[in-house]
Amino acid sequence: MSLASVRTRRWLGDRLVVTFAILVLLYMLAPVFVVILMSFNDPASRQSYSFDGFTWNNWTNICGPYQLCDSVSTSIQIALLATLLATALGTLMAFAMVRHRFRGRAASNVGIFLPMASPEIVLGSSLLALFVAGGFAGQLGFWTIFVAHVMFCLSFVVVTVKARLSGLDPRLEQAAMDLYANEWQTFWRVTFPLVFPGILAAALLSFSLSFDDFIITNLNSGQTVTFPMFVWGAAQRSIPPQINVIGTIMFLLALALVVLGELSRRRRLGR
Amino acid sequence: MSVAAAHAGPGEQQVSQGGDSGKKRGWTGYLLMLPGGLWLLIFFVVPLITLISTSLYDPSGSIATGYEMTFHWANYIDAVEGYGPQLWRSFLYAGSATVAAVLLGFPLAYAIAFKSGRWKNLMLILVIAPFFTSFLVRTLSWQLLLADNGWAVDVLRAINILGPDGHLLATPFAVVTGLTYNFLPFMVLPLYASLEKIDPRLIEAGSDLYAAPFTTFRKVTLPLAMPGLVAGTLLTFIPAAGDYINSELLGTPTTRMIGNEIQDLFAAGAYPIAAALSVTLMVAIVTLVAIYVRRSGTEELV
Repeated sequence: MSLASVRTRRWLGDRLVVTFAILVLLYMLAPVFVVILMSFNDPASRQSYSFDGFTWNNWTNICGPYQLCDSVSTSIQIALLATLLATALGTLMAFAMVRHRFRGRAASNVGIFLPMASPEIVLGSSLLALFVAGGFAGQLGFWTIFVAHVMFCLSFVVVTVKARLSGLDPRLEQAAMDLYANEWQTFWRVTFPLVFPGILAAALLSFSLSFDDFIITNLNSGQTVTFPMFVWGAAQRSIPPQINVIGTIMFLLALALVVLGELSRRRRLGR
Repeated sequence: MSVAAAHAGPGEQQVSQGGDSGKKRGWTGYLLMLPGGLWLLIFFVVPLITLISTSLYDPSGSIATGYEMTFHWANYIDAVEGYGPQLWRSFLYAGSATVAAVLLGFPLAYAIAFKSGRWKNLMLILVIAPFFTSFLVRTLSWQLLLADNGWAVDVLRAINILGPDGHLLATPFAVVTGLTYNFLPFMVLPLYASLEKIDPRLIEAGSDLYAAPFTTFRKVTLPLAMPGLVAGTLLTFIPAAGDYINSELLGTPTTRMIGNEIQDLFAAGAYPIAAALSVTLMVAIVTLVAIYVRRSGTEELV
């Protein structure tokens, strides 16, 4: 085979892979486009779930459907509280696993990995079994959802912070100590700022996991309605176009956060 | 979110992982582990034990009358006999979705790792972008995309892949499409992390030594991408096997998966049988995963 034909074939192969990759990306993004489009939908009837006409009404009247905004606010409250606690507890655990020696490390590793490897229906049903056996069947609601969310966010926080922490060069801290910083100063001036991006990423991940969770929440929510539960309920009856507005707002907010993060990273690297 | 994690991943990780040398002894380690460890113990380990014991309760109990522990192993027989088809279907759908996710996700991860040039970050952001908006709202969008008056059905009918009254929505195909879509990012991200670490010179060396492109792929790229492939398959298969959202929103009563049954049984208060079904699912998954991890020879998952 001549060199030229090898080149042509390789060039062709590359184009093929890239084209296929773009098609897969389109498959992944298609539903997001639909969500954005449907946020401007003017449904012809209550039962209709197709694009019938353009309107701004959904955006000006987001809270129109009964309970929609309450459910969003419940979800935000739970996500904020669960993120706060899961990030704090998970960060401590990540520090212990990377920086300290203790017995039962292997078991802890498995214990942290297992919740991520269990189907949500099993996690949710076992928590429900616990609440029922403990006599809390009547008190299912905000706090049982909170407890569940902290539990499944915790593992993701540990893994994320651990990745960042184990990538940290210990010599940076040794240098600080050599320059007469005490342990406290070394931690707050050197270690923490370097690990912070990992903690922030873990917190954002927790927030979105908690905000979006349905299967575990549905089993342990009692009468409390979170946003995914509202959507589920609506899907059984008629779907108000406003849920697409909430979906679009979430998307734009997260996108803005990512772009800001990327910009600040570039600026730091540019200096 | 995960972009940051992916950035921190390769290269930097090797710095301090060797041995226990830099680690401190003493009580601090235990103290740091304590609160999180307790949380996982009380709200993950204890519930699993409760679930197992609930699965052995007398099935004739109810919330009002209470449940009696009678070591009623027959619950498991009832569960497997009564819900065998759903159990089997769950693994079939989850398996199909996993295979589809590998077929779609591998080329994408490969393109991002080796062919994307300066578009790399943008492509990674696009991969995680769907996470930014609600999972349920996106699954509802598939109802629209696959609907009988949607363009997907129109195109497939026009080229005669679907018959004139063929459907996409409310078929097993729709459920598998939804499952694949939902868990595809969990396949792409670990695959990308593995592929990104591969030195492109190794692949060049393969072709320099007269290996055909496919041979190079099979002998060089694929073995090096194995950890990502294993992680990605697990992250796709496990949640897909327990999912009931796609089946409920995109399927019909004949596409019900085990998750649908467990959810409905719990909602109806039939705790013992629901718990038995849940334990069965967990055991089946753990067994499958253990066999798979052993055969693929990758032990470092965490």
